[in-house]
Amino acid sequence: MVPLSYYLVLSAILFACGVTGFLIKRNIITIFMSIELMLNGVNLSFVAFAAHWHALAGQVFVFFVMVVAAAEATVGLAIIIAVYRTRETLNVDQVNLLKL
Amino acid sequence: MPIWLFIVVSVIKSAIVLGVLLTAVAYTVWLERKVVGHMQNRWGPTRVGPFGLLQPAADGIKFLFKEDLTPPHVYKPLFLAAPLIAVVFALTSIAVIPFGNPVMIDGYTIPLQITTDVNTGLLLILGVTSIGVYGVALAGWSSNNKYSLLGGLRASAQMVSYEISLGLSLVGVLIMAGSFSLTQIVDAQAGHFWGFIPRWNIFPQFIGFFCYIMAAYAETNRIPFDLPEAETELVAGYHTEYSAMKFAMFFMAEYANMITVACLATLLFFGGWHGPIFGPLILREILPVFWFAAKVFVFLFIYIWVRGTLPRFRYDQLMAFGWKFLLPLALVNLIATAIAVAW
Amino acid sequence: MISIHLILFLAFGAVALAGAINLLAQTHPINSALSLIAVMAALAGEYLLLGAEFVAAVQVIVYAGAVMVLFVFVIMLLNAGVEEHTKGSRVAVIFGIPGVLISSILVAWTVLQHSGTEEVAVGALPGAPKTIGVLLFHGFLLPFEITSILILIAIMGAVVLASKPPTGPPAASPAGGPRKVD
Repeated sequence: MVPLSYYLVLSAILFACGVTGFLIKRNIITIFMSIELMLNGVNLSFVAFAAHWHALAGQVFVFFVMVVAAAEATVGLAIIIAVYRTRETLNVDQVNLLKL
Repeated sequence: MPIWLFIVVSVIKSAIVLGVLLTAVAYTVWLERKVVGHMQNRWGPTRVGPFGLLQPAADGIKFLFKEDLTPPHVYKPLFLAAPLIAVVFALTSIAVIPFGNPVMIDGYTIPLQITTDVNTGLLLILGVTSIGVYGVALAGWSSNNKYSLLGGLRASAQMVSYEISLGLSLVGVLIMAGSFSLTQIVDAQAGHFWGFIPRWNIFPQFIGFFCYIMAAYAETNRIPFDLPEAETELVAGYHTEYSAMKFAMFFMAEYANMITVACLATLLFFGGWHGPIFGPLILREILPVFWFAAKVFVFLFIYIWVRGTLPRFRYDQLMAFGWKFLLPLALVNLIATAIAVAW
Repeated sequence: MISIHLILFLAFGAVALAGAINLLAQTHPINSALSLIAVMAALAGEYLLLGAEFVAAVQVIVYAGAVMVLFVFVIMLLNAGVEEHTKGSRVAVIFGIPGVLISSILVAWTVLQHSGTEEVAVGALPGAPKTIGVLLFHGFLLPFEITSILILIAIMGAVVLASKPPTGPPAASPAGGPRKVD
């Protein structure tokens, strides 16, 4: 038997790693992957609470989070491709002019 | 069943199934070369052993002794890992495939699949197929070669596109059986319509079967969908830079995927291990496995037959077929099945 | 109390943490992508421990098998290379890492202090596909339909954003008769 708090601590640490990645990384694709890591941490929290309170709605909510994450990744990567076509760089520090 | 006994039985089952599967992979290559040879009015392998039956052994020895060349500018970790990923996930999906009725030994019921009867067996096979795309994509990218990159991108885009039609074509079967568990799907096909036509899923679900076969041929990169590895088009696609054992691993992965697809088609559409059962008790235990193997063999023969007969699609025709024809057809099948079952 | 449940939880948790830290430590985006796939696979194992078998399978099929393939494609297509360090990134590392470390230790300590003895058994809430399906199509039908429209909008947006910009008016065709354009 694993205490519920262990799952929550793991979820918090994954979320913190995602936030760290978002802050320190400069490659736009890696920043996106840190966002996905944050979403995964939150998903673990949802499923743990669903198991603790015997509420199946938690697992259904994970479903919706995954769908939204997939849609966001799709549009985000399309934006990255469009930005790369004009700016020729994937480094966010160099995308600092509104018009080239 | 005590835990240690469960582990021992699972290890024995894994060893037997892996041994049979790897031998089957080797002899599927032999079968393909013979059958395609005869279709092209030539003999195929005849020199090594009677009817060329020792040809797979000769090929294995050749692959072991060939020089394993790693080109200098490849991205080494992924170059070495990509064939491993391809082979491991091709062999993993066999773990949830049942081969026959559960056997009773010493009062314990042992199911004839490596795991026990998993509730979500079909979903696990789809998941493992999704991860197998990485072997191809990473092989193409890490080879640092424009032909490999293009071949890898094309192959993985094709596999990802046809995965959707694959999944949707199976949902019709799921609606009729009411469960993701493969054993229960097979058990739902027992019995007969009107006394002599067996209640196999192919009769109500022929559109689903057509979609499944097309999607499976595209997933396993076989003719008519094998542009990503066609030798005349892209040098050799994503496995251009691989030699000796690593190339043999890609080869094994492709044939293991073929066998998994054939096993799934048998389980889902052709009644699995149901067939005429007769004779003494020991024969009754073995006959379901024999019917299963016979049906899988028919499937593999059809795979090889199609390879010897059809030309290949161009890449844009292939993608248009997958997205604009197969996906709507699978959806129509799904809706028709749902309406039919709801009534 | 050491049970097989705790051992499996710690094993999957260690793989997830190693993947997350590796994502931060690697400089080439393809290594970060592969670490993230390892994190997702480990989390699928955690979901199975909690009994959510449908969610675990969907995590592998959708997240690790489709979304991450998309990331790997984009990394391969855009030929992303090793990250370079700028002044802004050094500032972010100096302030970011200790800040997040302190806040996460604070959160973890608070959670562990205030947790009672509630424990979650193995497979506590069996999430069979049938029960989730019933809940999804009866209780959560409206969010389900709205997310399907959301996916449609995302697909249309991605196709429009990633397609090549349209060229200007076509030049006059050269003399030489009709050409068959395929």
